[in-house]
Amino acid sequence: MKRQIPLMLVLVFGMFLIFQYFIPHETSEKAYEFLLDWITIIGIFAMALAIWSLFRVTVAKVRTRKENWGYSIFTLVGLFSMMIFGWTAPNGEGWGWYFIFVLSVLMAIGMLVQTMSVKSGRGLWAGLMFVFLIIAVLIGIFDNAWSFHFMSAEPLENPMFRSFFDFVLMPILATTFSLLAFFIASAAYRAFRARNLLATLLLVSALIVMLRFNPYLTPIFGDYMARTSNWLMNVPNLAAQRAIVMGVGLGIVATALKVILGIERGYMGKG
Amino acid sequence: MNILDKMMRLDRRWIFLFLIVVCVVANAVEFEVPILVNREVQSIYDFIDSLPPDDIVLVAIDYDPNNLAELHPMTFTIVEQCWRKKLKIIFTSLSQNGPGMTDQAIRDITDSMALDRTYNGVEYKGREIVNGIDYTFLGYKPYFALIILGMGQNFRLQFPTDYYGTPLDSLPMMRGVNNYDDIACVMDISGGNITDYWISYGQGRFDFPLALGLTGVMTAQYYPYLGSGQVFGIMGGLLGAAEYEELTENPGLAKDGMRIQLPAHIVIILFIVLGNIGFFIDRRKRKQEGGVQ
Repeated sequence: MKRQIPLMLVLVFGMFLIFQYFIPHETSEKAYEFLLDWITIIGIFAMALAIWSLFRVTVAKVRTRKENWGYSIFTLVGLFSMMIFGWTAPNGEGWGWYFIFVLSVLMAIGMLVQTMSVKSGRGLWAGLMFVFLIIAVLIGIFDNAWSFHFMSAEPLENPMFRSFFDFVLMPILATTFSLLAFFIASAAYRAFRARNLLATLLLVSALIVMLRFNPYLTPIFGDYMARTSNWLMNVPNLAAQRAIVMGVGLGIVATALKVILGIERGYMGKG
Repeated sequence: MNILDKMMRLDRRWIFLFLIVVCVVANAVEFEVPILVNREVQSIYDFIDSLPPDDIVLVAIDYDPNNLAELHPMTFTIVEQCWRKKLKIIFTSLSQNGPGMTDQAIRDITDSMALDRTYNGVEYKGREIVNGIDYTFLGYKPYFALIILGMGQNFRLQFPTDYYGTPLDSLPMMRGVNNYDDIACVMDISGGNITDYWISYGQGRFDFPLALGLTGVMTAQYYPYLGSGQVFGIMGGLLGAAEYEELTENPGLAKDGMRIQLPAHIVIILFIVLGNIGFFIDRRKRKQEGGVQ
């Protein structure tokens, strides 16, 4: 039964969605909209599961003192700080006891991790966790300078939320990605060698496409570079990409059919 | 070890150092890079330029801050062009780190719109851009394939409220706007595979005009859709954005960035050429010695 029910659900809904595409009726559209909502709801549960999984894996790393376990602490601090900032917002100019609250919550989570990590003295860490938790709850109840917002957009204007996003996350992501330029330069120097015919073709094509972007070469080559580069992009590149896209498309259809008909059961885990 | 061996075994840190010096120097020196406009970019400009006022363009800002340097200039220049032409915009941001960045970009462009400007010989008076009248920012929802499909039924299905929590029906510009049938085109500015879903689930199913703004490394991958007519224009990387800035006579981040990208590309090409010279000399030497081919 544990296997038959999921297989049956996949078969019924898979077949329904295939046929629904070809039925332009109001009832069919309504059923389709209903299913779209369901997928979002299921996805939200998956997100909660993912957060729990991240927490467990990170705590396990800290507990076993795996290599680079220190970074896991930053993962947890980042995760929970942003969750707190994303659910709270100041009510006016002042912050009141807000930062003590944030610190208390983070400390309580730290103590929880410690309780799960140590083999002896768990009582002490659990006690400390409750102390910090009580402090956080009391501040949450009695401090009127800020409040919780679970269902509205006020936290988007929380300066802490915005600052962490604008001045921490954005520079980190942009910096990480910009390092790519250096690795590309180094890799190009080492890998782009005319070792054989195919490698030479790749090298020459890459140089032409890169040089097309160089407007200073236009007086020397005229529009030859641009025309050659356009031909490379529109003929050989297009042909190869089109073949890949078609292959991938056919592969997706085949895999989807295998899943719907119960031949491919990898999504059920060990099956 | 002779110079050839040194060249062949050049520590990559020297390449990094050389590249960063070139970037810093290029950033410090003021010069303008001449821009040649491609047909793929021109077609986007022509399409948007031909739209009558009050038409709606859906600008999908589907990138994270990773791709900000390449893709933000596209957003800035296209959105400003739309607003100068009194078009209305629906923004979406289907990348999880995108909404905060999109919100900030909207504020920045709104500030710029308050100033008088002249583009292509046409003088545009500065005006206030109002949320709900000139634009609607729908925000982020997970599972972009579903969101793209859902918006084809009705925007309200996936986004009952906008990013700021206002119900869509209370926004004047959204009255009577239900799905893709009510918009002039979709401009997807993307740094990931969301573009595939806009093409297959969006354009393929609902048949709206679609243009793409992509990172440089993604561009070649999407040429088949240009050839098949599923996409009417592609802006590729910082150069694509610079070309668009050239067309709109609105020089900004992209044209400025080209001052750095161009010398950096030249350095990379020089390294490739040097590497190959070293490789050929080495191979000839080995052949003469009767070694490996």
